[in-house]
Amino acid sequence: MRDKDAELRAEIKAHLDMAIADRIARGESPEAAAAAARRELGNLSQIQEATRDAWGRRWLEQVAQDARYALRTFRRNPGFAIVAILSLALGIGANTALFEVVNAVRLRALPIAEPESLVDIHLIDRNGARGSFETWLPSVTQPIWREIQARRDGFAGLFAWGRQRFSLSEGGEARTADGLWVSGEFFATLGLTPAAGRLLSTDDDRPGCAARAVLGHGLWRRAYGADPSAVGRTISLDSKPVEIVGVAPAGFHGLEVGRMFDVILPLCAEPAFSSDGKGRVDAGTTWWLSVFGRLQPGWTIDRASAHLAAVSPAVFRASLPATYPAVSVERYLSFKLAAHPGGAGLSQLREAYGSPLWLLLAIAGVVLVIACANLANLLLARASAREREIAVRLSLGASRGRVVRQMLTESLLLVAIGTSLAVVLAGTMGQALVAALETADNTITLPLVMDGRVLAFAVGLAITTCLLFGLAPALRGTRMAATAVMRASTRGSTATRDTLSLRRALVVVQIALSVALLFGSLLFARTLRNAASVDPGFSADGLFTATLNFTSVGIPPESRASYRDRAIDHIRAVPGVQSAALTAIVPISGDSAGNDVWPEGDPGRRFNMLNNSVGQGYFSTMGIPLLSGRDFDQRDVPASVPVAIVDDLFAAKLGGAGAVVGRRFTREATPGGPEKTFEIVGVVRNSSYVSLKDDPYPVVYYAASQGRASRFARIMVRSSLPSSAATTAVTAGLANLDRRIEVTYTIMPTMIRDTLVQDRLLAALSGGFGGLAALLTMVGLYGLVAYSVTRRTCEIGIRMALGATPRDIARLLLGETGVLLAIGAVGGVGLALAGGRAASALLFRVTPYDPLTLAAAVGLLAAIALLASYGPARRATRIQPTAALRTD
Amino acid sequence: MAKRARYENRIELLQGTLDLLVLQTLQWGPQHGYGIAQAIQAGTSDVLQVDTGSLYPALHRLEKQRWIAATWKLSTNKQRTRVYRLTAAGRRQLASERSRWQMLVDAMGSILAKPREGDA
Repeated sequence: MRDKDAELRAEIKAHLDMAIADRIARGESPEAAAAAARRELGNLSQIQEATRDAWGRRWLEQVAQDARYALRTFRRNPGFAIVAILSLALGIGANTALFEVVNAVRLRALPIAEPESLVDIHLIDRNGARGSFETWLPSVTQPIWREIQARRDGFAGLFAWGRQRFSLSEGGEARTADGLWVSGEFFATLGLTPAAGRLLSTDDDRPGCAARAVLGHGLWRRAYGADPSAVGRTISLDSKPVEIVGVAPAGFHGLEVGRMFDVILPLCAEPAFSSDGKGRVDAGTTWWLSVFGRLQPGWTIDRASAHLAAVSPAVFRASLPATYPAVSVERYLSFKLAAHPGGAGLSQLREAYGSPLWLLLAIAGVVLVIACANLANLLLARASAREREIAVRLSLGASRGRVVRQMLTESLLLVAIGTSLAVVLAGTMGQALVAALETADNTITLPLVMDGRVLAFAVGLAITTCLLFGLAPALRGTRMAATAVMRASTRGSTATRDTLSLRRALVVVQIALSVALLFGSLLFARTLRNAASVDPGFSADGLFTATLNFTSVGIPPESRASYRDRAIDHIRAVPGVQSAALTAIVPISGDSAGNDVWPEGDPGRRFNMLNNSVGQGYFSTMGIPLLSGRDFDQRDVPASVPVAIVDDLFAAKLGGAGAVVGRRFTREATPGGPEKTFEIVGVVRNSSYVSLKDDPYPVVYYAASQGRASRFARIMVRSSLPSSAATTAVTAGLANLDRRIEVTYTIMPTMIRDTLVQDRLLAALSGGFGGLAALLTMVGLYGLVAYSVTRRTCEIGIRMALGATPRDIARLLLGETGVLLAIGAVGGVGLALAGGRAASALLFRVTPYDPLTLAAAVGLLAAIALLASYGPARRATRIQPTAALRTD
Repeated sequence: MAKRARYENRIELLQGTLDLLVLQTLQWGPQHGYGIAQAIQAGTSDVLQVDTGSLYPALHRLEKQRWIAATWKLSTNKQRTRVYRLTAAGRRQLASERSRWQMLVDAMGSILAKPREGDA
């Protein structure tokens, strides 16, 4: 392009020279000839411009020219450029990061062949099912799986999988591996190829099979340094040697998004790893398998669902367990199966964080809008400052479109730089966000990928942003009569006044959005405080659980109870341990068991309760006060009368707190046993059971000493030592009994904190975004008031000369802020109430229209607004009338 | 204003006619921009004045249409000049432009030459 320009210059130069030469030849003096020829030629740059137009490359060239010009402008005014780029990078970055996580959790397909034809098969409504539920995910029992497998019309592939955590260590503090039990068609249906060795096939999944392991790619890298010779070696799982036959491909983390696996074993080997040797294979009441299928070509999800609905009666009739409680059989037989899209896998994260993530994305979007309003404000201010420059350019013949395009190029360039930074930032922010969701016992493996969808989101956001803050100033800035501006004084032309009202409108929008965001963040802060200050009914400080696994010790079933009690005694003997007691369920952990009960002989007064099974000293260890009666003790043995301790809520349901000791109640039949009657020996105070946020629910404690002992024991320990020192001491104490005992610890305060991870995340992020919104609004308002003071210097000077006091001036300016604030607050309250309603499911013990919180949000913003206006207003009161009047 | 006075006995070129004039001029042989302007001026006894601001855009436009082609050559007084020549496509374009121009002239003439009734 440069060459062509030079050629054009040379060509016109030659023209001029020849014209001069001709004139000299005709007898003119060289000076006169040169002047005349030049005059005849006309405006040189205009000729060049017109000729370049003929080349037709005008557009591209102009863009480059505009970009160069914009960069020059930024260099001259770096403060503006830096503020703009940083706020865009943060705004777009936060939005992109959140979207990246949303994409990973909710939208992205699994890294498998043809994810769109993979379906997830589960019960439409499992309410009323009985038994034990081992996973948060939709699941079926093993007999149901077998019956589905026998009616596989429409499925090219069909498989089931379930989770199990294996122990890798042999005694001491446990190291665990996350395992999957999979049926034979798992890998073939997913269409995966091994990274090394081979994957499991239907040949590996035969009844009575030997266990074989496929390693996850992560474990293979971590534990074997990605050495292909790992294939053929053995890995010790729950102290059993298992042959490694292959390695799963990199990037495949299983079908549960956010959780990975370390080993995959064939489903048929599951019984060999269970404590009774039978496993869950025939247990019709253990719900633990997820079923997936690959649709045959030509089959749709609807057709598959119709097929599953048609075979459901047969499936459930054939799989009905013999021991199933009679009252629930009818419900069981009415269950219906259906197919659901399975290409994105299953996810507990999706269930738990789906709506919070969308909400946070919306909040981040609003913050970006506020940031855009600020930038638009800055650009408008700049456009006013550049009024004369633009007027000159317009009057020199630049078209309005051309000037608008040039101003938009500036915005676009800012957005482009901001977005590139944002994309880099988004990766880090997304990782931080995922890390914030992790808890002590739930590591999240969530590969965040900048895929087409995320990139499209970022670019779409950037373009919208650019139009949002760039277009209005560009159109406003050029919509004026050039002559009017050229003639106008700094007292302001019509265009300026127009611009001012637009800037006011922008600030009003900012105030409204900020009020809504502040309201939201206050609601979430109160939710977190409410949840964190719930009294669980026990004292968590110094409390931890030790889960013992003495499988490797090889204790025969009849001596397990006494061995377990010896282990507890060893723990109690550890220095620093104050008390220790057995429990079946750890409160707040999310585990639960429950049944219907009624006063003995009065089944009409049925009610539901939650139950636990605990050992002697449990209540004193937990710090749960005994209200009446006694604790369990050595009198309570399997042969004696079944006893129970109930909480005050249960006692009230049964009738009268004090009077229930000695009374009896009956528990309904369960899949595990018939109706059973218990005698109440004590009453304790109610405490949290499933989660801190649940409403109080009646709880019954059975005597662990009257139940069966397994190879596992969960022991609640209270210690005065810091938790790490205490657990180390307990591990050492248990080693005195037997080195082969394996132990896993859960620290109660940590676990309780972890249950609040969603509340904390929402409170922190919405608080951060709310603060950012308020800050941006403050900057916007400050800019507006400061501008207003500058513009009205003369007016203020006149007012003061006429006797206005500084107080009057301050009132005048603050009044202006007050009007904006009032309009913005009214809009903000409306938005806040609408937003609060949308978020109500995420709130805890605070109403989504809480007037106090709303008043606090408005008050906070009013304070911020006054703070923003104070500086400029103060400056206005110090204006010297004489100086002000002289400015023009 | 003074400029306008200088040209008052000359005719401003009709839109599009410059292209035709350039093609016609180049029919007699390759020529540089200045030469084309001089030739048009001389050929019309100075009635038509070619504005340099129109000439060069026109030349470059015609070149882009591939009706004329340009090369750098040394002029008689050893100056590098850009010399344009007519291409085959340009020759065809000239023929068609010329016949269209003729139609226009005839049409204009038949209206303008008709004596109005009562004038005679």
